[in-house]
Amino acid sequence: MVSEKDVQGIANLADISLPAGELGAFTAQFNDILEYFDILDSVEQTSAGGTDLYNIFREDEVTPSLSQADALANAGESEDGYIKAPRVV
Amino acid sequence: MTQILSFDAEDEYNAFITICREAEYGEGPLAGRGVAVKDNISTAGIQTTAGSRILEGYIPPYDAHVVGLLKSAGAAIVGKTNMDEFGMGTSTENSGFGPTTNPCDTNRVPGGSSGGSAAAVASGMVDLALGTDTGGSIRCPASYCGIVGLKPTYGRISRYGLIAYSNSLEQIGPMGQTVSDVSGLMEVISAYDFHDSTSYNAPYTHTPNAAAVEGLKIGVPAEYFGVGVDPAVAEAVRTAIGRLESLGAEAVPCTIPSMAYALAAYYVTCTSEASSNLSRFDGVRFGPESGRKKMWHDEFRGIRGEKFGREVQQRIMLGTFALSAGYYGKYYAKAQIARANVRADFERVLSEVDVICGPTMPAVAFAFGEKSDPLSMYLADILTVPANLAGVPAISVPCGTVDSMPVGLQIIGRHFEDELVVDTAFAYEQGGN
Amino acid sequence: MTEPENQVIIGLEIHCQLNTKTKLFCGCSNDYQNDEPNTHCCPVCLGLPGALPRLNKKAVESALKVCKALNLEILEECEFSRKNYFYPDLPKGYQVTMYDKPLGERGHLLVEDDEGHEKTIRITRIHLEEDPGRLVHKTGRDRAGYSLVDYNRSCVPLIEIVTEPDLRSPKEARRFLNKLRATLEYLDVFDGEREGSIRVDANISLKGHSRVECKNISSYKGVEKALNFEVTRQKNMLRRGAEIVMETRHFQEGKGITTSSRSKEKESDYRYFPEPDLRPLRVRDWVDTIELPELPDARRERFVKQYGISLNHARTLTGDIRVANFYEQVAGDQSVLCATLVSDTLLGELNYRSMKIADVPRDHFVDLMQLLAAGTITDRVGVDLLREFLDGSLEGATMARPSEIVTKRGLTKAGDDEFAEIMIRVIDANPQAVSDYQSGNAGAVNFLVGQVMKETRGRADPITLGALLKAQLEERET
Repeated sequence: MVSEKDVQGIANLADISLPAGELGAFTAQFNDILEYFDILDSVEQTSAGGTDLYNIFREDEVTPSLSQADALANAGESEDGYIKAPRVV
Repeated sequence: MTQILSFDAEDEYNAFITICREAEYGEGPLAGRGVAVKDNISTAGIQTTAGSRILEGYIPPYDAHVVGLLKSAGAAIVGKTNMDEFGMGTSTENSGFGPTTNPCDTNRVPGGSSGGSAAAVASGMVDLALGTDTGGSIRCPASYCGIVGLKPTYGRISRYGLIAYSNSLEQIGPMGQTVSDVSGLMEVISAYDFHDSTSYNAPYTHTPNAAAVEGLKIGVPAEYFGVGVDPAVAEAVRTAIGRLESLGAEAVPCTIPSMAYALAAYYVTCTSEASSNLSRFDGVRFGPESGRKKMWHDEFRGIRGEKFGREVQQRIMLGTFALSAGYYGKYYAKAQIARANVRADFERVLSEVDVICGPTMPAVAFAFGEKSDPLSMYLADILTVPANLAGVPAISVPCGTVDSMPVGLQIIGRHFEDELVVDTAFAYEQGGN
Repeated sequence: MTEPENQVIIGLEIHCQLNTKTKLFCGCSNDYQNDEPNTHCCPVCLGLPGALPRLNKKAVESALKVCKALNLEILEECEFSRKNYFYPDLPKGYQVTMYDKPLGERGHLLVEDDEGHEKTIRITRIHLEEDPGRLVHKTGRDRAGYSLVDYNRSCVPLIEIVTEPDLRSPKEARRFLNKLRATLEYLDVFDGEREGSIRVDANISLKGHSRVECKNISSYKGVEKALNFEVTRQKNMLRRGAEIVMETRHFQEGKGITTSSRSKEKESDYRYFPEPDLRPLRVRDWVDTIELPELPDARRERFVKQYGISLNHARTLTGDIRVANFYEQVAGDQSVLCATLVSDTLLGELNYRSMKIADVPRDHFVDLMQLLAAGTITDRVGVDLLREFLDGSLEGATMARPSEIVTKRGLTKAGDDEFAEIMIRVIDANPQAVSDYQSGNAGAVNFLVGQVMKETRGRADPITLGALLKAQLEERET
């Protein structure tokens, strides 16, 4: 069971601002789903698992980069070739 | 020599987010044929949104590997199809661009998340479409709309250019009116791509062969016909399996006990991976223009709160929670153990039979708004997710109707035996009425 | 041996950029330093939707070489993980790193302690990870409201080396870093001269008290400064009766101080999980086949044996691969003289001028060496000539060779007869010094030596001169 406070904390950790007034509904649905997940508690390992694909490498050879224009094409704003982002502090 | 296909079909089902009315094409096995591409597959120069407002206006500077292959085969890419936002959904109701309607009954959902691709094919706008399948997102809409859809073996098709939702579960796959169309499209898109480190060099070159059904051993799992499955749907599928038997196959009962926790393992895994995959949508290199007056975290939170749909927000939070300190062992780690068990279970059954058959979905397409509670929506995936967890190939082929709505027969095979899965579907399709 | 109370305890976490041609997960060129922003980018390192990583084999090889050289045990299976956090310079919103299955664990590096004894510093682990992009902030009122991001650095391969808290002083930490840097350069996996190529986080505590993490140190000098500041700060706090707070502090290079980080740096939950877009590594067999080149310690021992030079000189010469290479290229048959000249004179002169050994005009240097070896000039003149051609090299002037200058200006070592006359003149001109010497002040002869040196423009050998003057003065007494 998670509380509304817990859910708000998760929203902070996930960096999502929850729509106003939605916290209650979110929390209720969250708990329904988490309750469903409880079935995993009793799962025991019955197989070794593992994979057959290892050591997938690429040679250290230069391939063409995007032009600066292409790299900036979808960015909102740029300045002198840099991409603008909100100030951190 | 580039030619133009004029694509003027009316999109009455809202199957497309972007339509290319004048689509270029070249030479090759698909020359001149219109192909619809699900909007989570990157197309250079063409808007790619993954069904989300957070990517509205995003124009990729590169093609997904499969798109390059389509172009080399001469296909005309006629548009980008509607989908549940980032692939999260089973009905295409979660699209940021409005829902797609089911061409068989416009009051009902077409299934999801590749609902747009399914509707485009089912309505006859195109013969061929690409979808993606993470937990059933090709097979579900194929079943609901009465077309053919194949989820290939995991790793057989390059994911390079596919906007990631759940990396370890998803695959791009072909959708079409007929098994032959689907098989032909599969041939085109399965060439090896070194860009994807999780892919295998196992191209598919195969002409469907109905004779493969002779002597075929079909496993019929109890769990596919049990609680939660509509009895009429179960009946229709049993009839379909009966037809395969009359064509020379042998059906044997079997059981896959790990299916009891497959859905939980699936949702823990996909939400965890998604919570990380969707962190890159920060509005800096692409995406909605932020005000740039607020500080970084405020801006970032604001964009994600505003532009992600509710289902996406919920799954990101579930995944964040499942990976968080103190809960990783309970959820994510356990889900991986469960997953390995499911895979082993399928391998066990498939060592005794050649293919597994059952319904694709527990019921026919539901009405809009009917499954408003997320958990009941998740439960609809219960028959499709096991194949994703195990990484095995699975196809849905239409097998009759219930309440005038299509029913899908699901055929699941061994790893890298997509050919046999296709053959079985082909045999059923061709098998005479 | 029990440690004193308040003993300084230091552990380091070092990030080094590898010198591969391309980035860690894409084929963009790694050589971005002098280029315009966002010109070394592709969908992968920009974190565009749908892009997938491809692991650079050379980066893995380089990191494994370091593991082997530092004696680490290689894990049976190594795995990349995602470290999830949000920052504008981190395009994907996660950094691909290695969490619970790094490349290697439990190694060590030998370093000199403050008493000159060799000591083992344990290496906890080594792993690979990608560099984030770079944030730039311009000044000016209207530009303060936002950051500028350059993704050229995004996805550059980093090797992270973590030590146990085995270091016992800032000086020792500095020596450790020098040794580490030398080792990495000997392995040819790293270029220490490349700007921004090394970043260090340090953990410092005084025994029995809380640990402080100090981040954002990006130069070798900075490490010693930051640590010295921290040690002083912590000792002062204890002296005042305050307890040391466990916290993260930032080093400000310009001011040479550490400051408390803002509260945003609270313990983050990075939600590590295995990177699903990459396959695990099983590389033990590969490591067995890797051959290491000669490393600093081995080269130092070889220098002593092969060139007959002192251990101290050998240590200095092998401390930087460029110096060691230079030495071996120019030593010729004057190995001892060359070692002395390079270690005791050249390096200091280069340092003073912020020059590199690569800037030394070789022919000039060899020429100078030969003059000294032949006894044609005094050490004093040698130093002057060295300074002259180093300065000239800085200015980019064309310079005559030392031997030519010596001939032109008549700088050869003064012969005995030349001496005699000047000595007599100097003695006659400085009766005070003479009487000082004769009344028992032996040091007074040095003044006279200096005077003769002035007159001969340094061409007299001071030791010979000292002896001759003393003899003269004694003769006069009688």
